[in-house]
Amino acid sequence: MFKRSALPVLTVLGVLIALWYAACVPMNAAWTAQQLARSGETMTVTETIGAAWSQERPRLPAPHQVAVELWDTVVMKKITSKRSLVYHGWITLSATLLGFVIGTSLGILLAIGIVHSRAMDMSVMPWAIVSQTIPIIAIAPMIIVVLYSIGVQGMIPKAIISAYLSFFPVVVGMAKGLRSPDAMQLDLLRTYYASDAQGFWKLRLPASMPYLFASLKIAVAASLVGAIVGELPTGAVRGLGARLLAGSYYGQTVQIWSALFAAAILAACLVAIIGLIEKVALRRMGTRP
Amino acid sequence: MTPEEARKARAYGYVFQAAGLYPWRTIGGNIKLPLEIMGFSKAEQATRVARVMELVDLSGFEKKFPWQLSGGMQQRASIARALAFDVDILLMDEPFGALDEIVRDHLNEQLLALWTRTEKTIGFVTHSIPEAVYLSTKIVVMSPRPGRITDVIESTLPKERPLDIRESKEFIEIAHRVRDGLRAGHQDDV
Repeated sequence: MFKRSALPVLTVLGVLIALWYAACVPMNAAWTAQQLARSGETMTVTETIGAAWSQERPRLPAPHQVAVELWDTVVMKKITSKRSLVYHGWITLSATLLGFVIGTSLGILLAIGIVHSRAMDMSVMPWAIVSQTIPIIAIAPMIIVVLYSIGVQGMIPKAIISAYLSFFPVVVGMAKGLRSPDAMQLDLLRTYYASDAQGFWKLRLPASMPYLFASLKIAVAASLVGAIVGELPTGAVRGLGARLLAGSYYGQTVQIWSALFAAAILAACLVAIIGLIEKVALRRMGTRP
Repeated sequence: MTPEEARKARAYGYVFQAAGLYPWRTIGGNIKLPLEIMGFSKAEQATRVARVMELVDLSGFEKKFPWQLSGGMQQRASIARALAFDVDILLMDEPFGALDEIVRDHLNEQLLALWTRTEKTIGFVTHSIPEAVYLSTKIVVMSPRPGRITDVIESTLPKERPLDIRESKEFIEIAHRVRDGLRAGHQDDV
């Protein structure tokens, strides 16, 4: 299985990297041309390409520049250093995880309410949907300002923005999952004269697990986005969002890209961890392997 | 007794058209479901599960999940689940409708054996005339829309019924009478 899929996966990866290198040349050529015009020197085509891949502040950094920066800031720096991506990554990750836990709990509770009460379905669901139509970048500064004015700052506001983004997929997925038992499964409980609570614990909740895990994967990625966005408006000095912001202030494109990749890798790991938990949990629940 | 009261008294077990086992529970876990809901003790649950699994000839499959069993075995598990608590009457709604002929014959035989051992009253709904005649002591023929009783037949077949009883003259006569009753009900809308 792994061997058969390795070739196509590596091919796609190779093509992407090749395209990236190719794109660097026209993106960064203008700066080289400017330098040459000023100094009156000339360059061969090969030299121009080489220059495009090794500028200090390129418009589009080459893959190896990002890789080197990632290596330097993840592995070579002490993790307590302000220049370490592990340090910044942890700041963001801790807010992400707290936000994810808050968002998921809220999402599950709302879904339970929505499934059991028609009034709640009608009154809460529209607001949940509206909440997601507002761009997070617009509402994040307000949340931070409002919370700051009551003395809450640091990780909590970021976690709340995280939760704001992550509760929604959980509400939708979990409500669908709790409603997934078919008529026959529900009728069976009726013949036993089972209470609503028994119906929830014995049927609805276990039936909803596959839906919950699908939602959690979306929610955890959304949480990370929320935490990063939450770091932008404060002009934060810590976290992956702060690295992105600082990079763009000082034209440090390599730093921006390495922070982007760090965030992407972090998100991929989080999703993979949920996937792993899902696999173990559903296997124990008798899902066909 | 109203249906509501019957449910409250947990007076009947119900077997549906499909087994309707919960896929996340093992076979044993599925059979235990009504016992958990009705609040039997853990020890009582275990003995009852073992007993009814033996009744439907599924001993040894307690830890398997539903997908690991054939359709016929799943349906047997659902019968075991309906028998696990002390029902007064077992209701079966076309329980073998989705199974193939041979499996169906086999389950019919087993159902008669089960009935002999438990002496439960069983209400069995079917579209199959041979199945109705083979299983029943009393056949109620109903017409479609509106559902009216068109005939009630007391079966004269002996309690001991090998599968080839279905070729006997007596069996065929009863089957004829059932067919006539069904025809009468269909008069208007053929």
